[in-house]
Parts: sequence; C-alpha cells; structure tokens
Amino acid sequence: MTHIAGPDTEAHIGPGAAPAEARCAGAWTLRGIAPLEARLDAFSWPPAGELSIDCSGIAAMDTSGAWLLHRTVRALEQRGRSVRVLGLRAEFDALLKLIASRAAATRTGAAPAPSVLEAFGRQRWIGLLDMLDMLAFLGETAIVALRSLAQARRIRWRPVLHNLQTGGFEALPITGLLSFLLGIVIAYQGAEQLRRFGANIYVADLVGLSMVRELSPLMTAIIVAGRSGSAYTAQIGTMKVTEEIDALRTIGVAPIELLVLPKVLALAIALPLLTVYTDVMGILGGMVMARAQLDVSYATFLDRLDDAISLTSYMIGVGKAPVFAAIIALVGCHQGFQVSGSADSVGRRTTTSVVQAIFLVIVTDALFSIVFSWLGI
Amino acid sequence: MSVATGQTGDAVIEIRDLNTRFGSAVVHEDVSLTVRRGEVFALVGASGCGKSTLLRETIALQQPVSGSIRVFGQEVVGLDDEGALPLRRRWGVMFERGALFSSLTVAENVGMVLHEHTPLGERLIAENSAVKIALTGLPADAGPKYPSELSGGMRKRAALARALALDPELLFLDEPTAGLDPLSASGIDELVRHLRDALGLSIMMVTHDLDLLWRSADRVAVLGEGRILGTGTMQELSHSEHPLIREYFYGPRGRAAREQAWNRK
Repeated sequence: MTHIAGPDTEAHIGPGAAPAEARCAGAWTLRGIAPLEARLDAFSWPPAGELSIDCSGIAAMDTSGAWLLHRTVRALEQRGRSVRVLGLRAEFDALLKLIASRAAATRTGAAPAPSVLEAFGRQRWIGLLDMLDMLAFLGETAIVALRSLAQARRIRWRPVLHNLQTGGFEALPITGLLSFLLGIVIAYQGAEQLRRFGANIYVADLVGLSMVRELSPLMTAIIVAGRSGSAYTAQIGTMKVTEEIDALRTIGVAPIELLVLPKVLALAIALPLLTVYTDVMGILGGMVMARAQLDVSYATFLDRLDDAISLTSYMIGVGKAPVFAAIIALVGCHQGFQVSGSADSVGRRTTTSVVQAIFLVIVTDALFSIVFSWLGI
Repeated sequence: MSVATGQTGDAVIEIRDLNTRFGSAVVHEDVSLTVRRGEVFALVGASGCGKSTLLRETIALQQPVSGSIRVFGQEVVGLDDEGALPLRRRWGVMFERGALFSSLTVAENVGMVLHEHTPLGERLIAENSAVKIALTGLPADAGPKYPSELSGGMRKRAALARALALDPELLFLDEPTAGLDPLSASGIDELVRHLRDALGLSIMMVTHDLDLLWRSADRVAVLGEGRILGTGTMQELSHSEHPLIREYFYGPRGRAAREQAWNRK
C-alpha cells in the first residue's frame, strides 16, 4: 500500500486489496492512535455489504488501540454492516476480545450539568440546610456546655490552656502591631480636621472612643477569626477525614466536649483580654501621632482621655468580645465537622469558616450598635 | 506498552548491592534482585523490613545510600523528577491506600494522566478512561463518582485503573489486597494474572497476602534482616531451610494457604 506511509510509530488505515476490504497497519498504541482518530471519522468505508478489515499490518497494539479498533467495528456494525477482522495476531486478538468483553461495562461522560435555575435552587437549599445544621450544632454545644458546667470536673483544662496559648497569647504581636498602626492612622486622619477648628485636644476623644468602643474589638475579632477560626476548621476537618472523630465517639468521648468546648471557653477568655490589650496599643498609637502632628503632650492626652471615655463605652467594647469569640469558635468548629471525605473539602470549609465568621461578627456588631442606640447608651 | 516489544526473560528491573539507612538504622544491606520481563514478581517479608522502601527507591521517590537500580536498563538512583519522567511514563504505580486525587472523580483521575501525557482528544480520553475502569472490574457507574464515595476495594481498583492509564510495560503494586475482603482480594488475584497474560505486563508487587502469592506470583523474594533471604517460586521457597522463611511459610496462616494451593492443583 503506497499511500500508507509515515513512521511505524503511528497507526494507519487505508483501502485494502479487495474492493470490500480496509487495511489497518502500524502501531495501534496510545501514542500511535492520536493522529488516526481524526482521520478515522473521515475515512470512506467501502460501500459494499460484507466488509473485512485486514489487520495483518498491525505491528503493535495496546488497550487504547484495541479500544479504537473495537469502537470502529462496533460503529460499523451498528450501521448494519457485517464486519470481519482478519489477520490480527493472536496476542492482539486476545486483547481485542478482552476489551470487547469489558466494553459492555463502559460508559463515558458525567451526569448532565444542572440548569442555572436548578443549580441556584440547590445552592439555596444547601445553604438552608447548613443554617439548620448550625442551629443544631449550637444547641448540641449548649447542652454539652451546661452538662459540663454542672460537673466542673468534666471541663478539660489542658486543651483550654493550650488554646489560650495558641489563640490568645500567640496572637499578641500581630493584634498589638495592627491596632497600634490603626491608632496612628485615625489620629493622622483626624489631625487635619481638628487643627482647622483649633480643637486639637479632641484627638483623644476621637482615637479613644473609636478604638475602645468599635474598632479594637472588631479588628481583634477579625484577626482571630483568620488565625484561629481557620485553624479550628482545618484541625477538626482533617480529624474527620482520618476518622479520628469516629474513633473518639467509639471510645466514648463526646467530640464536642473534647474539641469544641475547650476552644469556645479559651477564646471567650482570650478575646476580651486581647481587646483590652489592643485598646491600649491603639490609644498608644494615637498618642504618639497626637504629639507629633498636633503638639498634644502625653500628659494632656491622657488627662483628656479620662473625660472622653466613660466606663460604659469601655465595658461595651470589652463586653462584645466574648460574643464574637463564641461566634468565631462555633463557626470554625461547625465547619470542621461539615468536612466530608476529601482534602478539597477541608480547603473549601476553611474558606467558608473564615468568611462566615467575619460576616457574622460584623453583622452582630451592627446589631449591637442598633440595640445600644435604642437603649441610649 | 505494546505486546510486541521485548522478549520474555530479559531483565526489567535490576537491583545491585543496594544499601539504605535511616540515620543509624540499617534497612537494606547489599540487596540484589532481578525482575524479568513478563513475570509477576513479589516482594515479601515481615512488617517494617523495608519492602515498601525498596519499592519507593525503585520508582525514584526515595534515594538509597549506595547501590544501583536499573529499570529498563536505565539507572534510577540519583535521578531527579525531570530525569525520571520518561521512565515514569513507562510504568504505573498503585499505592497502598490508593492515593486517588480526592477532588477528582474516578474517571477524571484516570483521564488526568492521559491529558498530561498524550495528545488524544477529549472523546478518546473519556472512552479510554472508561475502558481502563472496566478492565479493573469496576462497574460503569463508578466513573463519575468521587473516591470518597467508593468502598475500599473499589478504590483499589480505581487506583489500578489510574496506574494502567498509560498502558505501562511495568506495574508496581503496593499491597494490592491489603484491607480487602476475601472475595475482592481473590478478584484482585485474578485481575493481576489476567492483566499480565492479556497485556504482557511485568509486575512487581509488595504483599503480605499468602493466597495472592500462591495464586499469582511467578517468583518471590523474601526480605528480612536487611537482606534477601531467598528468591524463587513459592514451591522452591516452601522447601527452604532458612528459619525466617520457614516461619513465614509454615506459620498457621502460611500452612493454610499452602494447603489450599495444593488442593487446587
């Protein structure tokens, strides 16, 4: 066959010697069949009735090649042609038979993608289930917490202390630095306006009140959500994948008691403390800037601060922290328990955990503001 | 791979004077062995004797301290990932716990290998993946499933399908039957022999499964005390005088498996 040219690492097909014959040759292997695939569709099969395919020229064949040959023959047969495969070497023939016997069990293609509306509906539905699940989780944790409170011996102090260290103490540098910078920024932005009215001294009110009442608890909560909330999800999620959670259950240890409660407790202690600390650091930043930009001395600043911040404002700021702590810890742990099966799922749930925690913290903060303005404090 | 290449009998893997140490712990001491083309070669030994380490060294995932490992005649020791690539396209590896990519479906797991290494079109890749999945005896509806939705035995088969994706000449199996029920395990036995006969594969496996050894292995090497204690067919090894080998084959489970093998003949 002169038209069957090219290197022998490729699979070929062409007309055969007889009119009702096609001829296959070359290497019908994974690497060889790639160029053939396109040509096969365009190949004009002899129109006559019984068709024979001369395969004596096939020098090499693997499962991929055998599949392509099988598929071709099957497609012809489905069009009502009777096909005979001739001259195939014994070992290739065995391979072809193997593929043919297994081919009945093959099916390609995934399930059809759902429509936009269906996908949207499914997503909402999953979101709703997630929310219900969160509520159930909250209830379960509350029950375990009450039970533990009744028997204080059941509180596991070791993990509480460990979480205090990782979630609280180790967060000191980053929260301190960021609130110090925030104090500087607020004082700097305010300085220009205050100077215009000759109200330099009110920089203490500006920095003090905004930090203590709003920014310091909010920012600390956001940083902790990113640091610790994500860690909780990843830890519990990985334990879920490796069946450690199930192991805990079979040993008779409630996972919530061992994994969730200590985290909630530790964060509820750590976050108010961190908030006090970031209050101080933020005001310190404001003080430094006030002296540099507005010539307000440290003594004057502190003197004014005493009048500017009422005890109520301070308590409101610190009082929000335990609520934020509970949100962060519960969302983080809940998302961890939602992990199913795969490494991918751990990543997705960790993202959700941080996003959800920050979202809920800000929404709660807004609710607090509304409630406080109603109450007039 | 293709059935046409190579003659039965010449060496596919040649390991010479291999030494491995982890710190001061000696794992392999002058280990030498040969795997011939077209045979099912099994590596056995007690847990922690360095079987899996030897396998990992052979597939260039780990480096020995000294010695030589030649696969298809090419030195593997000292190869980096890039250098090992041409070899890796010619062999398939099935890991003990499957190591399927959990974010991909079974069909995508197989198809990914084809996408990476062949110029085939979407349709042919999808079909090829389905054929490989069917070859390992998985039902057709396993293809669109995620690994976490499969049972242990099905996951093993899916891992085997991925190992077969590029039609390798050489297949490495790490504990192919570990953690399977007897029925699935004997399915794997048959599958291993079937694949060898139908595709002309050479197979090197690490296993504890005495039934699998009696049914499928052509030759077996026993690894112990850091050395190869004996190599041969199961028949030959069962007559060995070495105390550790005797212990291995004449323990209660070894005896049961041997008797079963005799009864079948």
